[in-house]
Amino acid sequence: MSTIDYTKNEVNVKGNRSLKEIDDLIIAPLDRIPNMKFFIAIGFTSTMLLIGTIGIALSFYYGTGLWGNNNPVGWALPIVNFVFWVGIGHAGTLISAILFLLRQRWRNGIARFAEAMTIFAVITALIFPIIHTGRPWIAAVYLLPYPNQHDIWVNFNSPLLWDVFAVSTYFTVSLVFWYVGLIPDFAVLRDRATGKIKKVIYSIFSLGWRFSNRHWQHYEMTYLILAGLATPLVLSVHTIVSFDFAVSILPGWHTTIFPPYFVAGAIFSGFAMVQNSLIVIRKVFDMDDLIPIKTLETMNKIILLTGTMVGYAYSMEFFIAWYSGSQPEYFTFVNRAFGPYAWAYWTMFSCNVFIPQLFWIKKIRTSIVPMFIIAIFVNVGMWFERFVIVITSLSRDYLPSSWAYYRPTMTDFAILIGSFGLFFTCVLLFTRFLPSIAIAEIKAVSEGAQPSHHEGEDHE
Amino acid sequence: MSKLYSIAALFKTPDEIMSAAAKVADAGYEKYDVNTPYPVHGLDGAMKLKSSKMGYYTIVIGLTCMSLMLYFMYWVYNVDYPQVIGGKPLFPLPAFVPIMFEITVLTGAVLTVAVMLIFYFKFPNNAHPLHDSSYMKAVSSDKFGVNIEAVDSKFDLEGVKAFLSSIGAYQIDEIYFDEEEVNTKHKILDSKFVIGMFLIAGFTSISVYLHMNKALYLPPFDWMLVQHKVTAQDHSDFFKNGISSREPVNGSVARGFMPYLYSDDPDGASENLVNPYIADEENIALGKRKYLTYCSPCHGDLAKGDSRLRGQFPNGPTLHSDKLLSWTDGRIYHVITEGQNVMPGYKKTVTRKERWAIVNYVRTLQRALDATEEDMQ
Repeated sequence: MSTIDYTKNEVNVKGNRSLKEIDDLIIAPLDRIPNMKFFIAIGFTSTMLLIGTIGIALSFYYGTGLWGNNNPVGWALPIVNFVFWVGIGHAGTLISAILFLLRQRWRNGIARFAEAMTIFAVITALIFPIIHTGRPWIAAVYLLPYPNQHDIWVNFNSPLLWDVFAVSTYFTVSLVFWYVGLIPDFAVLRDRATGKIKKVIYSIFSLGWRFSNRHWQHYEMTYLILAGLATPLVLSVHTIVSFDFAVSILPGWHTTIFPPYFVAGAIFSGFAMVQNSLIVIRKVFDMDDLIPIKTLETMNKIILLTGTMVGYAYSMEFFIAWYSGSQPEYFTFVNRAFGPYAWAYWTMFSCNVFIPQLFWIKKIRTSIVPMFIIAIFVNVGMWFERFVIVITSLSRDYLPSSWAYYRPTMTDFAILIGSFGLFFTCVLLFTRFLPSIAIAEIKAVSEGAQPSHHEGEDHE
Repeated sequence: MSKLYSIAALFKTPDEIMSAAAKVADAGYEKYDVNTPYPVHGLDGAMKLKSSKMGYYTIVIGLTCMSLMLYFMYWVYNVDYPQVIGGKPLFPLPAFVPIMFEITVLTGAVLTVAVMLIFYFKFPNNAHPLHDSSYMKAVSSDKFGVNIEAVDSKFDLEGVKAFLSSIGAYQIDEIYFDEEEVNTKHKILDSKFVIGMFLIAGFTSISVYLHMNKALYLPPFDWMLVQHKVTAQDHSDFFKNGISSREPVNGSVARGFMPYLYSDDPDGASENLVNPYIADEENIALGKRKYLTYCSPCHGDLAKGDSRLRGQFPNGPTLHSDKLLSWTDGRIYHVITEGQNVMPGYKKTVTRKERWAIVNYVRTLQRALDATEEDMQ
């Protein structure tokens, strides 16, 4: 039986590579012409993107009658997809900010990649509300308070406007956080670059970083501040997204459990998506040592934890529906589990609550294939969670005469496929053109990177 | 003209750089820097640097912007356009909290980074002497370096070199720079910069113009100007006569419409038309209202022909002439209906009842101005 020696830091980067080798390994995908596998993958994802683009183009040409949205289900797949993608984004900020504050050093290998996924997920999510404005090229005119000749302002009381502020702040801060982390890495690329064009581009983005310790000092402090600001931010974003539902009076939406429930669900689905993508990346680019199985196991533990929290929320919703004594509320939940959308409800429940429980078994949470499959189930389940919340409540609301069964159309599915296409195309291009692991951060946690403290320094 | 910028020394391990940094600081140098590929913990202490003050910027900026946003929302709801939304008060503080929070985070994060990069680091600066040196290429990858600048008060070339090798540097370089290339002069009037700004301005103007004036009105988005419906008086391929609207059956009369039989026959009107309304108080009041609206501008308030228009339009004649006094009600009605000389007809603007009421009012005025003994009693 092995015991853990808590007096030593765990090894976060295996293989005892020199700093130079770390550079070479991380930057290799940027320097060589990608192999066939990469082109097949990007061909596949950009085809998906094309399908989505056609779906959107048709919607603009013929109108939204192509979608399944109709009375009484006026909010349908577009908002399901929006909430799903914003949720996916949450893992990135959680890994880069909250785990940074908690000094979880295993995060260093995956933080950059997770942050990039946050940004791409939020971009993908933003497509849906921006199309919703009807004239996306002037969406900002509708959404932001600015002085105009109509002398009207946006409604600061509305959760939908809070959403505008929350999601745009989230996107901007994530982008800044990501870029600040990238500055030293751009400088590494600049100093390695041989081609003139590459050198100019990297110089511009590195801003002239000199690895000066007078800079590192402020840089680390600013990074800490950004992490501190991003931590409440990441909790606020899905809270405010949940207000879109919770502030309305529809049974099944009007509950106070929504904010924590949505945040837990967002982290749950986000981690599943990051885990899936990381497994692919570490295989394709041979980064098994930089992203050790230990990191994936820790992520699986978080998936297990948040999955259980989500399961608790499902059960608590049922309990409150009965305990409240409110008949419409009670009906809504019985209808969810046993009504026309029972298939969606039980897909959601088994994917999110039952299947992740397999992670209690150490063998499963440390072997690649089972954990990959379970994470896919989690993503499917979380998409269905949003589907169940939005569709079941609307399709049978207070007015039984207008009840109807909602069916998504081909165009709806095309746009859903397109959103996955956009996301994964961005991810693939990112791994090709930017270092997908934070070079400076991984160096700082590799073996022997920090002073040994044996020479009696007087600096502490 | 090349000039010495600094002496740069390279070290191989973090332990070495730690002790080297401490020794350089102890030796009393001030203009020196330590370059490491990643932040090495404890170097701030070895270099005797004060701790970073970035946090103060964040809290000041964040709280200021938050207060400004709160004031802005107050101003919008209470000063600029007060309106009650959803029965909430004009200053619904709880509803403002999410936005205040987001603004604090947004401005705190973005502006702190901006302050750090622009004011602390003076970035972007790709013209620093250290760039492109072999020293920089080493410290960006896996080496640790100290460089002591030539502007330091204790600097002397050989002394610094000897000192650096005595503390264990494995390689020592002299970093030179070209004064022409590395200058800190403002480049705001540099021709390249100015031309660049003009190009950006031109590009922005043209694209905004195209966006606001052309892209917005592309065919699919014509703001409902074009609608696929058949409007009256339109062309239609469906009907034989090619007109979209249908003609009524011969002899149809519009609701409320009574044909006027004497349009070209004033004498006929004079003989045959009889005023169907009794000149009671109500009817005269109606006539007075309509007379003052439609007739008085030319004929005058008391029908004396004293126009208010002061010659801008031919003066209407007095309505108290003998000719008018001798006319029947029907004859006056005919003139109001069809017009006479430059006076237009009023059948489209004044209803039948109102025209008869005006006739009654004119009669009242005539009698008032030319009253008999009987009337005076």
